Amino acid sequence: MRDAALDVPLLEAEGLAKSFGGITALEEVSLSVRAGEVMCVLGDNGAGKSTLIKTLSGVHLPDRGRLRIEGQEVRLTSPREARAHGIATVYQDLAMVPLLSIARNFFLGAEPTKGVWPFRRFDMRTADTIVRAELEKMGIRVRDTSEPVGTLSGGERQSVAIARAVYFGARVLILDEPTSALGVKQAGVVLRYILQARSRGCGVILVTHNPHHAWLIGDRFTLVNRGRSLGTFSKEQLSREELVRQMAGGQELEELSHELGEAVRVSSG
Amino acid sequence: MRKLLNRPEFGAVGGTAAIWLFFAFYAGGSGFLTWPGTASYLEIASELGILAAAVSLLMIAGEFDLSVGSTIAATGMTISLLCERLGWSLWAAIAAAGVLALGVGFLNGLVVVRTRLPSFIVTLGTLFILSGSTIGVTRLVTGRTQVGGLHEALHYGAAETLFASRIGGFSVSIFWWLALTALTAWVLLRTRFGNWIFGAGGAPDAARNLGVPVARVKIALFMTTALAAWFVATSQAIKFTGTDVLRGTGKELEAILAAVIGGTLLTGGYGSVIGAGFGALIFGMVQQGIVFSGIDSDWYKVFLGAMLITAVLVNSYVRGKVMEARR
Repeated sequence: MRDAALDVPLLEAEGLAKSFGGITALEEVSLSVRAGEVMCVLGDNGAGKSTLIKTLSGVHLPDRGRLRIEGQEVRLTSPREARAHGIATVYQDLAMVPLLSIARNFFLGAEPTKGVWPFRRFDMRTADTIVRAELEKMGIRVRDTSEPVGTLSGGERQSVAIARAVYFGARVLILDEPTSALGVKQAGVVLRYILQARSRGCGVILVTHNPHHAWLIGDRFTLVNRGRSLGTFSKEQLSREELVRQMAGGQELEELSHELGEAVRVSSG
Repeated sequence: MRKLLNRPEFGAVGGTAAIWLFFAFYAGGSGFLTWPGTASYLEIASELGILAAAVSLLMIAGEFDLSVGSTIAATGMTISLLCERLGWSLWAAIAAAGVLALGVGFLNGLVVVRTRLPSFIVTLGTLFILSGSTIGVTRLVTGRTQVGGLHEALHYGAAETLFASRIGGFSVSIFWWLALTALTAWVLLRTRFGNWIFGAGGAPDAARNLGVPVARVKIALFMTTALAAWFVATSQAIKFTGTDVLRGTGKELEAILAAVIGGTLLTGGYGSVIGAGFGALIFGMVQQGIVFSGIDSDWYKVFLGAMLITAVLVNSYVRGKVMEARR
């Protein structure tokens, strides 16, 4: 059931470039994501992934290049503006205030209120009901939404952050290394939520250096190296082994394995 | 039970009860338990408590204000000089001092958020600049370091009723303290702005990414602590019918002490206004309790310091247990 609207990308970046002082973080990166699609951005440390995320989510303005949302060119000057356009970003480790309650975290920056100023107040009851329902939908059960977020596991925390973004009407979800700090089981929990967000019609940009996780849920893959995108591949165009090899640095890895082999031989001999 | 332990002010409430029992036992016979005795420590607690309420908000937002004490001196002296030298009405002088306080707070906040320097350093600088200029200006204008005669100022009577009268033997500042603590606690726990305070201190980058105006929140809170200093300066100037250039010295540290005893973290993102109120109450009880029990009052600071360290240890122990329990 494909209609024409699906072919216009929700978010499209073309030739993004950004440098700080004399240091070039992004030289030329292009990518796009459609509704109901997981686009994986893969790159090693220092490839420019975090600058890319910040440029897509309104933290940085690109020096060059264009951003289009549903075909319309936009300039995102703040995270707030990006959010208004339906772009939500979940940062690794930076998504939550650990000592603050789950409900308060969920609504941070977008608290529901009742009453008129100066008596306008944070509507805790509504917040609590909504958080409970949203987490239930994602299969997270919490005893008490007034518990500090710090009492949740890493995977649950990431999931709450994703649930929050989806709830606030994100159409494009940018995820920064959502599984990198997690064990296998926890990572699985998060990957399932990502698929759930996709099936709700979100376009997901998953930024990661883990090709195994990317391969499990990605529809298309954009490889980034030293601030340049090396092209976008669909799942059919790229085998898992090829993806892993690309990510591991291909040639460099072979050299490294050769070198380590030598070292082992020398030390054991 | 765990829910109760989970509250940041838990330690301070327990501490208050323990301190009260201690002095009720050792100084109960010498006046600690009488109404005047109670009124005397409540009055001390109230002046510190008004500062501590504002300071705890700022600390929850992850910043310090060391210039509170010198702002008390500067605003108090502004009121005294404007009335004594220029013959201003007391209300006009109080308003002018309020504008000065807001300006000091705004500048503190602006410099901190723009330069990203630690607020500890910035407000330490403000402390010296303000206390230096208070002494400098006062001596230049009057040749002295104390300015009195405020009771001769226009409208002194009305201002005295509002800021320095007594209701049934209790200083009116106690009622101001309770009202302002209730108001700040409500703002912290029941408004959007309150949630932003937690966000700004607990995870500023996350909060900013979620659209919380972190810089504006911090500037507003620096202005709040300066206003609290102005409020205390005003009531003291009226109560003592004058100001000394050294008035308020050390108050910034006492306010931080009260906030920390009340369960507020130095690192931000966690704390309680109510707790800070109990911290101030402990401070008042100790200061007066020592006097009532006949110990040389020089020793009360030793007691306070030990209290502070004990309170922090208990608070962090309890918090650790609570966080552990879920894992």
